[in-house]
Amino acid sequence: MIASSASVIAAPTPPSSVTATDVPWDSGGSVTVSWISSVAGSNGLVQAQWRIERREIINDQLTAEIVWIKVADVPADQMSFDAVKLALDHAHVFRVSAVDAQGVGSPSSESAPVFAARNFFVGTKIQLFLGILIVSACVIICILRARAGHPVKIRRIAALDAVDEAVGRATEMGRSILFVAGIQDMDNIQTVAGITVLGHVAKTAAEYDATIEVPTSRSLVMEAAREAVQASYMAAGRSDSYNQDLIRYITDEQFGFVAYVSGRMVREKPATCFYMGCFFAESLILAETGNSIGAIQIAGTAESSQLPFFVAACDYTLIGEEFFAASAYLSREPDQMGSLKGQDFGKLIAGTLIVIGAVLATCVALWPTSAMSSALSFLKGALGS
Amino acid sequence: MKRLIPMWIAIIAGFAMLFSAFFPHTESWGEVFGNIFNVVAAIAFVLGAGSLAKINLAKVSRRDAGWGYAAITLICFAVTLFVGLGKIGVHPNPNPQFAALAWSGEKNSEGSVFGWIYKYGLVPITSTMFALLAFYVASAAFRAFRAKNIEAILLLSTAFIILLGRTFAGVVLTGWLPEWASGLRLENLSVYIMQVFNTAGNRAIIIGIALGVAATSLRILLGVDRSWMGSRD
Amino acid sequence: MARFIKILETLDRRWIFLAMAIAVAGPIIYIGITGKTLPEKSTPAASAVYNAIEALPAGSSVLLSFDFDPASSGELTPMATSLVHQCAARGLKMIFIALWPLGPQMIDETIKKVIRADYPNLIEDVDYVNLGFQSGNESVMKVMLTDFAKAFPISASGSAVSTIPALRGIARVGDFPLIITISAGYPGAKEWIQYVVSASGGKVKIVTGCTGVQTPQLYAYYPVQLTGMLGAIKGAAEYESLVNASLASKDPSAVVPAKYLEAQRRMGPQLGAHLLMVSLIILGNIAFFAQRREKARVNS
Repeated sequence: MIASSASVIAAPTPPSSVTATDVPWDSGGSVTVSWISSVAGSNGLVQAQWRIERREIINDQLTAEIVWIKVADVPADQMSFDAVKLALDHAHVFRVSAVDAQGVGSPSSESAPVFAARNFFVGTKIQLFLGILIVSACVIICILRARAGHPVKIRRIAALDAVDEAVGRATEMGRSILFVAGIQDMDNIQTVAGITVLGHVAKTAAEYDATIEVPTSRSLVMEAAREAVQASYMAAGRSDSYNQDLIRYITDEQFGFVAYVSGRMVREKPATCFYMGCFFAESLILAETGNSIGAIQIAGTAESSQLPFFVAACDYTLIGEEFFAASAYLSREPDQMGSLKGQDFGKLIAGTLIVIGAVLATCVALWPTSAMSSALSFLKGALGS
Repeated sequence: MKRLIPMWIAIIAGFAMLFSAFFPHTESWGEVFGNIFNVVAAIAFVLGAGSLAKINLAKVSRRDAGWGYAAITLICFAVTLFVGLGKIGVHPNPNPQFAALAWSGEKNSEGSVFGWIYKYGLVPITSTMFALLAFYVASAAFRAFRAKNIEAILLLSTAFIILLGRTFAGVVLTGWLPEWASGLRLENLSVYIMQVFNTAGNRAIIIGIALGVAATSLRILLGVDRSWMGSRD
Repeated sequence: MARFIKILETLDRRWIFLAMAIAVAGPIIYIGITGKTLPEKSTPAASAVYNAIEALPAGSSVLLSFDFDPASSGELTPMATSLVHQCAARGLKMIFIALWPLGPQMIDETIKKVIRADYPNLIEDVDYVNLGFQSGNESVMKVMLTDFAKAFPISASGSAVSTIPALRGIARVGDFPLIITISAGYPGAKEWIQYVVSASGGKVKIVTGCTGVQTPQLYAYYPVQLTGMLGAIKGAAEYESLVNASLASKDPSAVVPAKYLEAQRRMGPQLGAHLLMVSLIILGNIAFFAQRREKARVNS
């Protein structure tokens, strides 16, 4: 008789205490599955992964069959997993198995059923929400104060003071005004701000009897620009001078648009050029062409990458938030001026936080104490980083 | 009424988009208004194209100055529209997955006229326009970069460091500096300027712009600023 | 000297354009004939891109978003080529998408140039997949955050995303261990950071290749929200030399094809153009100071 020397290797041990909890303060569909590891490698083999499975009940006309669907395989050192894209209308049950070189071990006991509920608020965005509330509160309070008669002092913005002068120049020279409201659509706030400035410039142009030409890169912007300019002409009492064909759609293609505008500038030689909106690579081509024809150029954009080109080539440039302040500055309405003050408070808060953070980070780097480190971690956590 | 209805549409749509970012039960509202915008923008294209055709046709018929450009515009517009919609040159059934559907190929597939216009028309022209920037930036540099004051001198010095540091010239000019002075090598200085000074300035501008956007949006959402509909006083 | 100053003051800008044309064309012709390129030493931002891809185990999925069009292909195509080259060499599964209407053409060209030419063993839909263009700009990113298949339901070849082996295990954009965006403007790297990285609480890792004009703006996000960055053709040249050096170390006898040297070749014209600009700035200031001195002399 020959004795068998082969030994049977046991299957890997399943984990214990498998629990499934709904991820709180989310938009639903997520559950965190967690477990406690059994003694790893109890069968002598190195455990490679945990396999998480979800129970699914397949309803036939006559029977209901229970199947277990693999959700994910996670590394052995991980003791929890976030299952996502789960249905919201029924409870979910999970189980976990250990996986090693031999294969999949026996599954753990099932978790209690849990609903992947959709919560009221997305908790990960709480800092952003509070920030919006604080800035909005500052703006609204300042608007109310302005309405109540408190004077609002705004510094001089040279580019906006020059609008009248620029329009007057075009009238004297008998040449037209060119206004480009950027190359993006009406869903871009810079385009809306550009159309706002167009309204003011068009009213001044109507009063001075100057021609204003507005080529656009989007059809919707053409329509909005026509509405704005027509309303301005009517407000100035010059509705007969309004010509909608001067506000025309050219093309959506960025360089096709700038080729048209550049060609128009070289042929028609407008006396004044306004560039107010969202621009990209074409900004330098427009500004340099305007410079070569001797036009007075006033630009405004919130695209920080294009600001250097406008600053180098234009007579006046509205930098970033100055561009958004244009409407308030030109209209001088108390409500709008108040909102500028509110915006300044937002900047004050941001600046204060930056200074506090920079000082704390410097102190932690130079004199690392637990109090300083805790304060810095608290600030980082509060700001959501 | 003409100003009241657009104002309320803007207010309702704006707040719906805002709520959809924070309150999961309103998630779909933002998507709905986003889709509405896409549809409206697509329909508005018909108006834009109509305006383009009308203005250029009028220019051609009146023989205004530059009417030749208008004629070329109209011809290119019509030809591109025709070959794109008609899928001229596209193989009738290139995709075996849709064998039952004739003309299931892409309008710009290999061999199509639309693809030819893209490859031999649009690509060279847009690349050429983009290349103009190199010439214009040189003429702007010659004309505008003057050392008028201290700030301008600082700007010019930074410009020289970056211009030379981003090329092999920087390595040639300062590559001999010993290791302990490697921070003064032009290529390292240019990285330092970008990472420290430029980043600080850009962050400040970005924060200001973000607050400007927030305040402008709030003015529109609250109906305080209606000048985007045209000045009324 | 006075005559020279007068010429500078009244210089027609077309002479500057001619000088720029010569400064760029000269090196192009020289490099075209000799094939020589300038040596490149990589900066931390470019090395970070290379290292981020090298750190991925073979078989990992990588999302490549081609957010550019032919206008910026001069700056971005070389980096797109090298990025796909490194991903293919590492054995990564490449998922191509485009958020610009002309992006799919750029994807097709890169797939043809790199994958079909040098990695013919890679199978479409298994090792790489082209999901084409989706309109909507940042709305597409917001949808991808929770449901990738909803944002890109079918591939460019018409297969449903749920049936594509390369996308197995990808439910949302956060499931990609790395996202690479090749960005020319809007929508681009900044929108990816704002709508994907920030919205996911910083869990999503992104590297970008961008145009020179965007680079100063994106430095504000590097290295926290943006793991690595290839800024302009310089960044592309640095990255290209890293990739070529790494692959050459595995096969020293192989000759690097010209298509993997494009960025380095373009550094020659860049050197010429930059030297010209430095000269023009100096000449412009000579004329400026001479004019100022003349005015002061006349006034006194």
